[in-house]
Amino acid sequence: MSEHIVSARIYLVIFASLMVLTALTVFAASFDLEHIWGPLNAIVALTIAVIKATLVVLYFMHVRYSSRLTQVIIVAGIFWFIILIAFTMADYMTRSGWPGAGA
Amino acid sequence: MAESHAIHHHPALKHHFDNMEQQLEAGTIGMWVFLLTEIMFFGGLFLAYVIYRAVYPEGFAVASNTLDVRLGGFNTVVLILSSLTMAMAVYSAQTGNKKRLLLFLFLTLILGCVFLGVKVFEYRSKFEHHLFPAVGWYDWSHEPTHNPALASQARVFLWLYFAMTGLHALHMVVGAGMLVFLMFFAWRDKYSPEYHAPVELGGLYWHFVDIVWIFLFPLLYLLGFHLGKH
Amino acid sequence: MEATAVAAEPRINYLNNDYGWKSWLFTLDHKRIAILYLVSITVAFFIGGAYAGAVRLELLTPAGDFFHADTYNKLFTMHGVIMVFLVLIPSIPATLGNFLIPMMIGAKDLAFPRINLLSWYLYIAGAAFVLYAAVAGGFDTGWTFYPPYSSIYSNTHVIAAGIGIFIAGFSSILTGLNFIVTIHTMRAPGLTWYRLPLFVWAHYATSIVQILGTPVIAVTILALALERTLHIGIFDPKMGGDPVLFQHLFWFYSHPAVYIMVLPGMGVISELIANMTRKKIYGYKFVAFSSIAIAVFGFLVWGHHLFTSSQSVYAGMVFSVLSYIVALPSAVKVFNWTTTLYKGSMSYETPMLYAFGFLGLFVIGGMTGLFLAAMGLDIHLQDTYFVVAHFHYIMVGGTLMAYLGGLHYWWPKISGRLYPEGWGKLSALLVFVGFNLTFFPQFLLGYMGMPRRYHAYPADPVWQVLNVMSTAGASVLGVGYVLPMIYFVWSMRYGKKAASNPWPATGLEWMTLSPPPTTNFEVTPVVTTEAYDFAAIEEIRAAT
Repeated sequence: MSEHIVSARIYLVIFASLMVLTALTVFAASFDLEHIWGPLNAIVALTIAVIKATLVVLYFMHVRYSSRLTQVIIVAGIFWFIILIAFTMADYMTRSGWPGAGA
Repeated sequence: MAESHAIHHHPALKHHFDNMEQQLEAGTIGMWVFLLTEIMFFGGLFLAYVIYRAVYPEGFAVASNTLDVRLGGFNTVVLILSSLTMAMAVYSAQTGNKKRLLLFLFLTLILGCVFLGVKVFEYRSKFEHHLFPAVGWYDWSHEPTHNPALASQARVFLWLYFAMTGLHALHMVVGAGMLVFLMFFAWRDKYSPEYHAPVELGGLYWHFVDIVWIFLFPLLYLLGFHLGKH
Repeated sequence: MEATAVAAEPRINYLNNDYGWKSWLFTLDHKRIAILYLVSITVAFFIGGAYAGAVRLELLTPAGDFFHADTYNKLFTMHGVIMVFLVLIPSIPATLGNFLIPMMIGAKDLAFPRINLLSWYLYIAGAAFVLYAAVAGGFDTGWTFYPPYSSIYSNTHVIAAGIGIFIAGFSSILTGLNFIVTIHTMRAPGLTWYRLPLFVWAHYATSIVQILGTPVIAVTILALALERTLHIGIFDPKMGGDPVLFQHLFWFYSHPAVYIMVLPGMGVISELIANMTRKKIYGYKFVAFSSIAIAVFGFLVWGHHLFTSSQSVYAGMVFSVLSYIVALPSAVKVFNWTTTLYKGSMSYETPMLYAFGFLGLFVIGGMTGLFLAAMGLDIHLQDTYFVVAHFHYIMVGGTLMAYLGGLHYWWPKISGRLYPEGWGKLSALLVFVGFNLTFFPQFLLGYMGMPRRYHAYPADPVWQVLNVMSTAGASVLGVGYVLPMIYFVWSMRYGKKAASNPWPATGLEWMTLSPPPTTNFEVTPVVTTEAYDFAAIEEIRAAT
């Protein structure tokens, strides 16, 4: 498999984007979005974090130019992590008194 | 490059591989599978965070505000910058520029050390303010502005803070050691455009550690930011 | 089986190409590493078995008169920890998997030989910590380490044991990593995925589980250690923690762990049945994909261990349904193996006897798992001997029998010698009889309500008779396990020398010498046939 060399220019563009997104996440966190909708602060923060992580994965880690197997491995990792969180939350969230005065 | 049998073997080719492409492919998949295990390793702590945050939103927000967002933000910038320098190091190896390779590996190492230095400072500050969540070290009420009813909840946040950032810092220390090795071998002319797999794979590890922090920063530092500092 | 005349000149193979302890302890040869594991795991097995013997000794009488209750708690704990983490999890992958996978795919070694050696050293380091904990006074939390007992109240060597399991876990992760990369990147020319032996598919599925599950228990042990030393409060309700969170994290790994234990055994059984009936496995692709399905679905069922914790009933129902679903791919495999037997040209050597044993005992174990997957029934059976019998049927009646069957089947390849067939058959019989005598009574005891992990039980004559039967069975079983150790060692010096393909069987590993040379093959093979192509083998037979 031939190696794809990502240019220095792309790295700088991605870096600049990451800086902007970091500033954005701090800025967004300073607003109280929770009285609009409870989880909104968390959702905004996580969305920005996911975008940042995606940029690092695709460009810094060259996944944009990598084999299908590499991409499957990454998707599998995310999927399994989600299983861990989702199925455990399925227990806690269906208990009476959630989210209440203790687990 | 053509691999004729037993004649033109690259000195870095291991005997059980047929050619350098196969060796690089194996190494790359191996590193990604390892990073997969790291996702699940940190994953357990993220699970604990998700659950306890949902049950103790107030305590978590208040405890989060004992962290300094400026230091956390500074560290985020430092780490992302170190990812840039690491990517540039890989680029330098790919283009055969030894001087630049050494320079960028060195910059990555320095930035990593800056990050760790800031963490040491932050941890020490926590100890001094009686916020380390171990028996005998923890006293939430030491600070009069802290709501004493939230002592237990804040404590849960703080152990998660120490566990998650501590585990992360441990990975960075390992990463720093790895960078020292890479610099040593780069100085010894081990790497070339044909062979620089350790630099690439080391880069993957370093970027992963960066990604973990990209999630830790908002989850730990920005949690209660909208409530204003106490 | 065929033996050859003694060669005129000694031939260089992986066993004799170098001598001395350094050539073994610093080896990078996957075959030597497999032998290192074989020896270590056997030692661990007998230590774990000794603890089991002590447990069964106590249970001969209803009164708790042989050991103090605290000591008894340590005995079953150490039996469990050693057998699960130091024997069953590494058993087939680290010995047979390490030895055979490169050969089965026509490669010279695994992708990362140094990581392979490292994984053995990690195993030894982990075992050292566990044995230190045992010798320094033991630990008594049960192999499941539930807090708050393990985190606050137990004053035994929990952390040392935890460190041992943590380190051994990394050994497991590295083995899985090595296998995944090797199978993806080092197959011989012509060896497509659908031509791979099912043993390889099974180990690929196992490796997925090792990679994704083990890190979670690693971080859980870390959290438990922090809880115990610093009293942080993660799992302590008084400090805002939740002990059930530990159970979720623990079983997220430990349920898939049982698939780490059984999937390699299933891979062995596929090889044994195909090669000893001289037939291609019926429904090859179904069996291959069932391995993957078991690995994936196995991650979705862990809550069935939490039915009697404070897990919500709704989550319990979901986990219960999923636990029924996960049984389906296993059933598919059993049907396919059984169908393969039909009109097969069977031989009844020792490996086949173990395979038959596996089929029957795995079915019983699997079906009783369904009893336990029904949440309403599990409320009554949880923490009774019914559960103990169920998992021993799978792990001992399943995995261990497959392990022994595989060891016998590949022994000629590994050692270059034939084991004594008569003794092999006798041992298989003793294991089968001993096993059933030990564990079937435990189903009855559990159903009648005898709790597990108690050193005493009510003075009921029926209960005592069943317990005595169980202990008697354990003695027979012990003999059945000791015999192979003796005659395998005996065969290395006095056994008949083996041909390359004594059975004869299909598979690339049989196309090279017994024992193999260090690089496995003189020339990298090129694969042109499907798996289990017996027509080609018949030609070889006709020619010799």
